[in-house]
Amino acid sequence: MPISETAIAADRPLLSTRHLRAYYRGLVALHGIDLDVGAGEIVAVVGANGAGKSTLLRAIAGQVARSGEIMFDGIALANLPAYRICRLGIALVPEGRRLFPRLSVEDNLRLGAYARRGPERFRPLELVFELFPRLQERLTQRAELLSGGEQQMLAIGRALMTSPRLLMLDEPSQGLMPRLVDDIFAAITQIRARGVTVLIVEQRLAEALAIADRAYVVQTGRIVLQGSAREIAENAEVRRAYLGM
Amino acid sequence: MSPALILQVAIGGILMGLLYAVVAAGLTLIFGLMNVVNFAHGALLMAAMYATWLIHRSTGLDPLLQLPLVAALLFGTGVAIYRVLIARTLQIRVNGAMVQIFTTFGLSIFLVGLAQLVFGSDFQSINASFLGGRTLAFGAVVLPLPLVASGVVSLLVFLALFRLSRTEFGRALEATREDFEAVALIGVDRDRIFGIGWGIGAAAVGIAGVLLANFYYISPDVGTNFALIAYVAVALGGFGSILGALIAGLVIGLTEALTALVVDPSLKQIGIFLIYLAVLMFRPRGLFGKL
Repeated sequence: MPISETAIAADRPLLSTRHLRAYYRGLVALHGIDLDVGAGEIVAVVGANGAGKSTLLRAIAGQVARSGEIMFDGIALANLPAYRICRLGIALVPEGRRLFPRLSVEDNLRLGAYARRGPERFRPLELVFELFPRLQERLTQRAELLSGGEQQMLAIGRALMTSPRLLMLDEPSQGLMPRLVDDIFAAITQIRARGVTVLIVEQRLAEALAIADRAYVVQTGRIVLQGSAREIAENAEVRRAYLGM
Repeated sequence: MSPALILQVAIGGILMGLLYAVVAAGLTLIFGLMNVVNFAHGALLMAAMYATWLIHRSTGLDPLLQLPLVAALLFGTGVAIYRVLIARTLQIRVNGAMVQIFTTFGLSIFLVGLAQLVFGSDFQSINASFLGGRTLAFGAVVLPLPLVASGVVSLLVFLALFRLSRTEFGRALEATREDFEAVALIGVDRDRIFGIGWGIGAAAVGIAGVLLANFYYISPDVGTNFALIAYVAVALGGFGSILGALIAGLVIGLTEALTALVVDPSLKQIGIFLIYLAVLMFRPRGLFGKL
């Protein structure tokens, strides 16, 4: 999608952070991140291992100590606990997936809608089964018995069940076979097509930039470059200096 | 020793075992949910028994009719204990488990001391209740009615707990048990679930307290022995398993009763602790444990 169509409404992006700092085990892991995500965008955060990408998502989701400003659709998130942030419409698919291993696929999915109320709350199930038909075949199976790819699908499915407006994915391709990686990235594009904004952290640069509209390059807790995904992908210096390509 | 006597003792043991199981269920529920051993569990049983005795004395309300009232009272107490004490201990990063142990242990000492201060250390009992003094006879087998009623209510408590586990809240409870950090990812307030878990655990022991008050003496120390048995039941049944608590309670009740038949009744708990040692040696995770 051309950048002009998805550019952030200049006045108010869906998510924005200003001077966001995050702390991990007493150390500063993020040094003042300014990031914007416009409604309907796919924004990728790329960078080497240990650059602070995951911490960035966890800071937005309220899972690590942080300071600075985080605004989501006009609401300040910096002082909210993680569960409230989720209820506002931000879902995180974390590293390691964090499924409920002994619960069934169906229970994992339905629990995604636990905090929602009203008759429509299980409606995202249709989308989940459409994206990942395999989950529908495994409904009664325990989450721990699924393959790595299926677990990733379930983690994304569970996140979708919270009816998010912003879906944050932390290394969704990690540990997956190449064919499954393609499936997951295809699903992410489809999720965006349904109106869900996506913020993705990925080691696989080429795949992430292929589906993203814009990207940020993070190094040692700072944003060192930002631009359209194409610009970042084509920037030889970026590839060499920051991404080890 | 007649077969009828053995049968009577065995049934009595099973009925008592159901009561042990309810006490253990409250303990194991809290432990399974958040890995906190509630050393004040016996003190909560004692508190429920005194509450029953007090309400009976001041209003004349029969203990059986007090069941919902005392259960609700203990539910509130459990939630309050979580909010005021336990939630704070969870914030502690260094040696948190020790702090939790001392917190609940300290709470127990406080509650027992408070009971001593308020009620004195004399034994109390509820003499005139609807069930008190009545028996139920099946041929040669004669059972005290309060014990039979206690067994029936205990079974109902387990039915309710099993039903609860199939509800959506029960699933959330289970999810919290599996990964209490990850539930925030689905918008679940961990503290609320923990608080309710403490409430349900305390309500279970509250129900046991009401049932026990029907036929057992009441004193500040009364909870100690029951809590000890409950710890054995939790270890035998498996930490965190409600079904395990039920089975273990039954095994313990039966063992205790049958031991009393063959050795001096004052040594009747020997059998229980032999079982406990065997569990530690051969199956430390218990019958249904997930550890």
